[in-house]
Amino acid sequence: MTDTTLGSTGSGHDWSSPASRRRVKRRYAADRRLQFYGIAAIGTAMALLGVLFVSLIQAGYAAFTTTKVELSIFLDPAAISQEKPGEANYRRIVRDAFKAYFPDVTGRSDERSLYKIMSSGSDYIVRDYVVGNPGKIGENVKILVPVSDPFDQLYKRIIPRRIDALSSDRIALFDALKQQGVLSVEDGAGVAKVSVFIDPAKVPSEGGVAAADYDAMIKDGLRSYFRNEYSRSYEEIISATAAEKLQSVVAADPSVVGKIVEVKLPLAANYDNLLQTGQATIRNPRFGSDVEFAWFDSLEKRGLIATPFTWELFFNADSRFPELAGLAGALSGSLLALLICFVLSFPIGIATAVYLEEFAPKNRTTDLIEVNINNLAAVPSVVFGLLGLALFLNTFGMPRSAPLVGGMVLALMTLPTIIVATRAALKAVPPSIREAALGVGASRHQVALHHVLPLAMPGILTGTIIGLAQALGETAPLLLIGMNAFIPSVENIGLTEPAMALPTQIFSWADSPERGFVSRTSAAILVLLGFLVMMNLLAVYLRRKLERKW
Amino acid sequence: MSKRTVLAAAIVCATAIAPALQAEAREIKIVGSSTVFPYTQAVAEEFARSGGKAPTVESTGTGGGMKIFCAGVGEAHPDITGASRAMKSSEKELCEKNGVSDVTEVLLGYDGLSVANSRKGTKFSVTKEQLYLALAAKVPADGKLVDNPYKKWSDIDKALPGQEILAYGPPPTSGTRDAFVELVFHHVCKKSKEGYWADQQKSLDKAAFKKAYKGDCTAMRTDGPFIEAGENDNLIVQRLEADPKAVGIFGYSFLFENQDKLQALQIGGVEPSMDTIASGDYGISRPLFIYVKNAHRKVIDGMEAFIKEYVSDKAMGDGGYLSERGLVVLPAGKLKEVQDSALNAKKMAAK
Repeated sequence: MTDTTLGSTGSGHDWSSPASRRRVKRRYAADRRLQFYGIAAIGTAMALLGVLFVSLIQAGYAAFTTTKVELSIFLDPAAISQEKPGEANYRRIVRDAFKAYFPDVTGRSDERSLYKIMSSGSDYIVRDYVVGNPGKIGENVKILVPVSDPFDQLYKRIIPRRIDALSSDRIALFDALKQQGVLSVEDGAGVAKVSVFIDPAKVPSEGGVAAADYDAMIKDGLRSYFRNEYSRSYEEIISATAAEKLQSVVAADPSVVGKIVEVKLPLAANYDNLLQTGQATIRNPRFGSDVEFAWFDSLEKRGLIATPFTWELFFNADSRFPELAGLAGALSGSLLALLICFVLSFPIGIATAVYLEEFAPKNRTTDLIEVNINNLAAVPSVVFGLLGLALFLNTFGMPRSAPLVGGMVLALMTLPTIIVATRAALKAVPPSIREAALGVGASRHQVALHHVLPLAMPGILTGTIIGLAQALGETAPLLLIGMNAFIPSVENIGLTEPAMALPTQIFSWADSPERGFVSRTSAAILVLLGFLVMMNLLAVYLRRKLERKW
Repeated sequence: MSKRTVLAAAIVCATAIAPALQAEAREIKIVGSSTVFPYTQAVAEEFARSGGKAPTVESTGTGGGMKIFCAGVGEAHPDITGASRAMKSSEKELCEKNGVSDVTEVLLGYDGLSVANSRKGTKFSVTKEQLYLALAAKVPADGKLVDNPYKKWSDIDKALPGQEILAYGPPPTSGTRDAFVELVFHHVCKKSKEGYWADQQKSLDKAAFKKAYKGDCTAMRTDGPFIEAGENDNLIVQRLEADPKAVGIFGYSFLFENQDKLQALQIGGVEPSMDTIASGDYGISRPLFIYVKNAHRKVIDGMEAFIKEYVSDKAMGDGGYLSERGLVVLPAGKLKEVQDSALNAKKMAAK
């Protein structure tokens, strides 16, 4: 029976029959579809990644330059002593130097708003410069200090000088009035020709036309143009001086009381601008007055504004002021935590994996351990954070916010990843290596340590680096043990000193109201991504370099 | 190779741990409200730059901060906590129980809550009653509480715009949310002159009425018009930009920084500004505090100097650097009083 079936399909099949061709065609089509799905999936992933990068770079590139103003300061030996250069009144020195650019600004409140152009950290930047170069005392020096955040954002055109004064619903009301032919420009001023009923009820018997409520009459008059409108915001269109105008009309001819008069009433300033120029803008309310723009422009005109690269982003500690805030604290905190994480998880992870893979008997206990390690790898990181909070902080009384504790928590999280990766790498070493070593008389520990482990090292390193890269980006466990504390100085760096980490720094900046932190946040994300890419490239390099083929 | 790796790891480990063992006097530790956080940050930074040891400031929320602060006296416990409301009597009890009995309360100033929408949207004015009717889960109708029936602002009052009610606001864990509920909802329920809540107030005794409004005048609606947008106020700002018909509820400092994109809704006809918040004309503002553990003052290095910096005119005064960060400062007389009690470690009155 089998013979006949084989014979009929093997030799008797007509490969050129239309049915057969269709089948072959369908198979090729299915092949192509599968390829297409794969490409589409990769394409989608790449496109999403592209969108992420483009949006990050768009938001973040602004943070890589800082708007600075050049101060020329005479370091007066009378004010700054050679012995203690750090203790002079730098606030005064810096302000005087800045004030020298604007000799005609006087008055306390004007001076105060003038100084707001400079970053509040300027005093300390100059102080640090003098302390670093005490030889310059007695000389004229030029120092770049950052401008404050609003002006930085203004110069980078992230926030505008002027914004639309009227929202779209107000413009719609205005357009409705315009369409009824009510608005016109007379003698350079916009007016609305409105029919107003001079209501005798609103003219008091005492005081007569001089004391009448003209405001109410005008509002009633306007109402007739907006019958379907519930909101009374159209009342804004007419200037507040319109009542006086109406009063003068009625005073000139008191006989109109009780009649409807047609009067031309002046428009409110914003609507007047809208009518005459087609647009109405006001100063960005974030700034106190237009003079501030003029001051800033004059600095720019004199060539005193520069936008150098923001080295501060890498070398400054965190700050409440976006123009001064940097990642130094976060970078050192992350580095220390990663160091601890590596020191703990790498040896423990390898020891565990080697034992389980090379020595452990296969029984229920080791099975249980194995299942649990695989489970641990899937536990959400926040759980490790809670464990760290309960165990390390509350039970052992270890310091809050310290990279030591952060590293220990991250090590708990990285351990399973390293164990799993190491076991996979050990499994990939061919049994022939082990057998050959055993064959020439090596003991089991010599086989494992001298032969199998070195050969598995590329895979182990790759797994470790990827585990560490994961740990670098972890936020939740660090938040729980307080590694999101604000630390405005990088003088005390140590394993038990409070510190931030890169992801918690991003978290904290993202929640700050100042506009400069929007771009700072994206810039910090780019720095974090940069580190992740470097670590992953290192993993690829090590694998390529050390990999052995059998 | 493995031997060397293990050895190297051991050396790195030893050198890394060694400095950690030399304990030294610790820096000032500050916890507490996320609203007070930026101001404490600014003071900490100024303090560190002028030579003090940089304090550690952590944002834990008002309630969380109180818990850690009141946990005891000693190195392991924080020295100062920030709060966006006064310390509750239950928290005072907790403090006393753990031996934290000598605490100084420092009133910093005020913070306004703003209700704002995009500048592309309609600017309008609401009253607290209207906000309550728009956003509470249950509102009074015909003498009893019913599920909130209002869909559009104009359903509440014809003078309001005819657009759907849509508000983004903070989640229940946030101090901003607590403040909003207390300053708007509770205020309306307690002060109502007629209708359901006025009747309740008349018919119930004080404690029972308190229980009633804490229960039925606290929940925000969950049927769609109110959306919890997470703790991050910047997210709310972005949502508002995308949707001109939505309003958002957040701290005044976020409005202050985003005035080119957002406009405030007037509350009872009053526009929020530094002046109206300080004078109390703007109805939704709250006091901000820090609480200082006096037992730590002499022990923790630089703590006296830090408090001096915090309450100085240069920080808390009119035109000081905290006001530049959006704090609404105290009037001069009150400021003097606060400075005196802070510097002399005046013990807070018992509950």
